[in-house]
Amino acid sequence: MIINHPILGPRDSQEFTYLGDASLIDRPDWQADNAADQFHDYLYLRDNPAGEHRELWFHEQGDRSWLVVTRNTVTHEILNVELARDVARARGRSK
Amino acid sequence: MRYSGLKVIKEALTGHKGWRPTWRDPEPKKSYDVVIIGGGGHGLATAYYLAKNHNITNVAVIEKGWIGGGNVGRNTTIIRSNYLLDGNEPFYELSLKLWEGLEQDFNYNAMVSQRGILNLVHTDAQRDAARRRGNAMILNGSDAELLDTDGVRAMYPFLNFNDARFPIKGGLLHRRGGTVRHDAVAWGYARGADLRGVDIIQNCEVTGFRIENGKCLGVETSKGFIGANKVASCVAGSSSRVMERAGMRLPIESHVLQAFVSEGLKPVLDGVITFGAGHFYCSQSDKGGLVFGGDLDMYNSYAQRGNLPVVEDVMEGGMALIPALGRVRMLRSWGGIMDMSMDGSPFIDKTHIDGLYFNGGWCYGGFKATPASGWCYAHLLATDTPHKVATAYRLDRFRKGLMIDEKGQGAQPNLH
Repeated sequence: MIINHPILGPRDSQEFTYLGDASLIDRPDWQADNAADQFHDYLYLRDNPAGEHRELWFHEQGDRSWLVVTRNTVTHEILNVELARDVARARGRSK
Repeated sequence: MRYSGLKVIKEALTGHKGWRPTWRDPEPKKSYDVVIIGGGGHGLATAYYLAKNHNITNVAVIEKGWIGGGNVGRNTTIIRSNYLLDGNEPFYELSLKLWEGLEQDFNYNAMVSQRGILNLVHTDAQRDAARRRGNAMILNGSDAELLDTDGVRAMYPFLNFNDARFPIKGGLLHRRGGTVRHDAVAWGYARGADLRGVDIIQNCEVTGFRIENGKCLGVETSKGFIGANKVASCVAGSSSRVMERAGMRLPIESHVLQAFVSEGLKPVLDGVITFGAGHFYCSQSDKGGLVFGGDLDMYNSYAQRGNLPVVEDVMEGGMALIPALGRVRMLRSWGGIMDMSMDGSPFIDKTHIDGLYFNGGWCYGGFKATPASGWCYAHLLATDTPHKVATAYRLDRFRKGLMIDEKGQGAQPNLH
């Protein structure tokens, strides 16, 4: 698989390590009343879709940036690549 | 279908025109006591033991594809009972004991071959870990022997003992482990269940569940609604896709694991060996092909094929351990989809929906678990209490902090 890095261009997926579902960006509020339940769901439960999947890849052998890759889990086709930083900021995170 | 020596001779003399299908091909009834979703090894074993151990025969096994076309026909056929943790090892030891009596039990030749599994160690720390695991295995009634370098050399002199980086320091030998003819396991269980009255319904996809007031009343399928007192999901690899239709999110990711077969060779490897310093394990099939595999492709996947980087990684592992492999040609490769759970261990449990049960999360270990999985799932379905060796396989174990994490990797499914 070739991942089209937003800054560096097309890179071999072997340069990256894989973390998992991009929902891991959305860390729950630890002060919420039901924080324990929220963290359980956040850490352990997954949508695990067959089809489009937004997921976190780390460019370990490259510029060490985190990417959000939208990929089809049935065909392995990569549909979109964003910097995880941009995704997080668009959701109101400071970094 | 029943077989006998006399029948074989008669058919040989009359052009093999009298053989009949091994199991019936019935249309689904309106309702059953138990509907099992998934006609893989585990689903068929569950139906078989429901009928045999619990006398529950008003059962249907619903399979989207055909019997033997899923993971039961896509694995590397290894059976073993060499786990460390208390939540796991008694279960896998039961499974191995059932394997040992399986062919007599269901009267079908599954070619169970206890040829031994040798886990190689390459460092002092690995030897310590192997000794600890071996002791845990022995405490749970399994068998283990720690070999030194000479002991390994006596068994497999062709291994690369003096690799500068990963010299072979010994190995943990599990003599009762081995291989089985995987298709025959599916066929044997299917035949045994069918003979006891279980309906095996192929080419029938479950498209939804009918759930009213917190109770599961049956399944919607491509052949219409089928009612059931109990619905038992057993579709490892696709668990999330099926259980999503009941509104559930699972502690599971689906990943692809590749396997490989070489051209046929003369007998060279009479057991199973695993490389302790890379991703490679290998056995030789009775047809002569070397059967080997390695690690996951690491990313979520429902494609039953992987990519080339892992092919290269496995071949490198093989060459590092067995340099003589360099002249062997690879015949074919394939991929199977694993339910990778958050702690690397499976689930056999009721769900929060009354009448809906779940079996899945088998990671790479599904094939060897087939008999015990069916045995324990049938026990749960029949008695509504978990079997004593499967009490730890609960869906709520992450909420309670009762993980069964053999490798200590935490909630990172692709590392288990």
